Amino acid sequence: MTILAKKPQSLTDVPMHYCPGCGHGIVHRLMAESFDELQIADRVIGVAPVGCGVFADDYFACDMVQGAHGRGPAIATGIKRSKPKAIVFSYQGDGDLASIGMAEIVHAAVRSENITVIFINNAIYGMTGGQMAPTTLVGQVATTAPKGRDPKLQGWPINMCEMLSQITGAKYLERVAVDTPQHVMAAKKAIKKAFENQVKGVGFSMVEVLSQCPTNWHASVDQALEFVRTQMMPQYPLGVFKDEEAR
Amino acid sequence: MYQGIRIAGFGGQGVVSAGILLAQAGVEDKKNASWLPSYGPEMRGGTANCSVVVTDGEVYTPIVSAPDTVIVMNEPSLPKFEPLLKKGGVLILNSSLINSRPTRTDIQTVCVPCNQIAEDLGMARIANLVALGAFIKITGAVSLQSVADAMKKVYKRAKPEMLELNKKALQAGYDFVK
Amino acid sequence: MTEKTLRKGNEALAEGAIRAGARFFAGYPITPQNEVPEYMSAYMADAGGAFVQAESEVAAINMVYGAAATGTRSMTSSSSPGISLKQEGITYLASADLPCLIVNVMRGGPGLGSINGAQGDYFQATRGGGNGDYRVIVLAPNSVEELGNFPKLGFELAEKYRMPCMILADGILGQMMESMSFNFDPIDPNTLGKLDWAVDIEKNGRPKRKVFSYKGDSLIADVLERAKRYGLMEKTEARWEERNTEDCDVLLVAYGLSSRACLEAVNKAKEEGLKVGLFRPITLWPFPSKRLNELAQKTKAVLTVEQSLGQLVQDVKLAVDGAAPVYLNAYPAGGQPDGNSILTAVKSCLNGGKEGLFDLQEHAGDFAYSCERDASLGMQGDCKGGK
Repeated sequence: MTILAKKPQSLTDVPMHYCPGCGHGIVHRLMAESFDELQIADRVIGVAPVGCGVFADDYFACDMVQGAHGRGPAIATGIKRSKPKAIVFSYQGDGDLASIGMAEIVHAAVRSENITVIFINNAIYGMTGGQMAPTTLVGQVATTAPKGRDPKLQGWPINMCEMLSQITGAKYLERVAVDTPQHVMAAKKAIKKAFENQVKGVGFSMVEVLSQCPTNWHASVDQALEFVRTQMMPQYPLGVFKDEEAR
Repeated sequence: MYQGIRIAGFGGQGVVSAGILLAQAGVEDKKNASWLPSYGPEMRGGTANCSVVVTDGEVYTPIVSAPDTVIVMNEPSLPKFEPLLKKGGVLILNSSLINSRPTRTDIQTVCVPCNQIAEDLGMARIANLVALGAFIKITGAVSLQSVADAMKKVYKRAKPEMLELNKKALQAGYDFVK
Repeated sequence: MTEKTLRKGNEALAEGAIRAGARFFAGYPITPQNEVPEYMSAYMADAGGAFVQAESEVAAINMVYGAAATGTRSMTSSSSPGISLKQEGITYLASADLPCLIVNVMRGGPGLGSINGAQGDYFQATRGGGNGDYRVIVLAPNSVEELGNFPKLGFELAEKYRMPCMILADGILGQMMESMSFNFDPIDPNTLGKLDWAVDIEKNGRPKRKVFSYKGDSLIADVLERAKRYGLMEKTEARWEERNTEDCDVLLVAYGLSSRACLEAVNKAKEEGLKVGLFRPITLWPFPSKRLNELAQKTKAVLTVEQSLGQLVQDVKLAVDGAAPVYLNAYPAGGQPDGNSILTAVKSCLNGGKEGLFDLQEHAGDFAYSCERDASLGMQGDCKGGK
């Protein structure tokens, strides 16, 4: 009998708490596969966020640190500077990274911390129940934007990859999605590269993943995938925003 | 023995380093000593001052609110520090740069042309040490030798010829006071 | 042991921390503690450690969180407004049971306040300034010598009890120079032994480790377990200094630089034939309550001298527990005590006078307050007198 597919060794057996159709679990798996393939599992130390990913410290088999909302890049900085041989990642959502943790992500990029950031953009606050995020689309309904996001009152969505691409210290920035098998495979390639960069010492690498949140979008899984394609991608185009070789 | 001293002047006149030197000299003499600078916004705008305590007993506080001795190196420092002096305290005044004279009659004023003496030695920058020499002669709070020893520790990177010049300035200030 | 040398407080602290094995420092500029990060930026790399100038106080304390999670002796320093910003990280550190060193070189407050030395952050330090039930070890040095030697004690206590330790100094202590020596040889942190909870890269098949602050359903058990460590600390780790306490009519209680002004008052009192002693808490948490209570039994009055508006005095009253009347001699917002002003208060304690003694309601006197806004619908009118 031939094994065609199996759970990556870098994931634990703990059942994930994510809602049906959510993108988090897919991204966890892609990260774990990367650790296995790059043979870095023993060196990985991860930082779990506040938000839906708060239990990520249970799901990855590596040592994990879970800290305060938005501070992942600062915590990862402390770990990396203390243990330079560690492969350190910060796993963050959009409220975490693009709102309360804006200073931390920008300055981790400015210092070109040699860490990997995985940024889940689902245009909503998930764990707290569907409030407006900095990435919420214009017109998108949220519990704190009941009539839909109005730019006059709440401004426009923020594009993190584009913004961080202006920073010299940001070395690799790519936006991917996990809505189709093709996109999942492309996402895997990007995530693996972001960790490979760290092994090579390239510097700050971030992959932004457009992810679906059927629960807080009040959509079926199919509708949610459709929303990613037709609503999110025009605002957040997929692609490589920066890719620099080793310093 | 207890001496509380305030040294004041422009930034760049070496009032802060003269204070450190004095405190270090106190330590060389096996006395207790403290030094406290003015810091923060007080440093901006060109004036600087520091407080030094040299004592046989304990230093209760490094803040010298009623000094035994005040050394003023520039004009603006005179009206600021003259009122603080203890009754019977000593005011050492850099007469090269200060035209005014103190109004108080319950203090002892010693005018020393610190910049003039320093320039005669070839370097205006060591006027602070001239003032310190005068201070030692008047108060005897520390010895000339202990200040010379202290210089090696405080001015770690100074060349030997610079240390010699510093000592000359100290001696000149000491000798100026009769 | 080293030879006595003249050192600035902040620099003695920074050098003492490196000697004590600190190998990670993150900080942000704020007066009057800037010499600490400046010293670290110059010498930490030579010691094999890392220095990061963080983008904010919040980031700095979270960098410490990450570094401490790896078992590295980690620290940050700041001054009052900056310490307020760090409270988020401190409560997370407490929750994750991470040892680290936090230095507060206090300045006047509230708000931006002033840069003058002050003691207004006593409550914040001893009550845990962040959310939730937790404590922080608080060490209060009163000399440059202690400032230089307390980092070692701080790291050791923090690691023993797995909790953050704060050194609570003030602007004057940080800025002043006086002669000091280190009472320990430099420590190589590689010789300290591995911590069995720290995240690391040499896993060798051991179970995964997690450092986390979200406890969910296990929170109650978690907090109660930590409380046992707190209780043990109260029993065994309180530290203090006494001067002339065996036979005194007035017992002064003060910490930090204020305690040195008190010593001046003790000596001046002696010259006048008054019997005055000094009790100086060195650990503000755990507070040396038991010993203070014993001493209060034997004295006529206890006088708290603090550079704040009645903060330390609350712990003193709890400790004295009615054994003697407790008075307050206060110098808030950057005011500085001296021997004479303290002695005035001492005499008031003995002769029933009021000079030098602070009482909030007497302070108000016949002050009348008027409010511009209509407050007629407020509850206070209805509830006055406790109906």
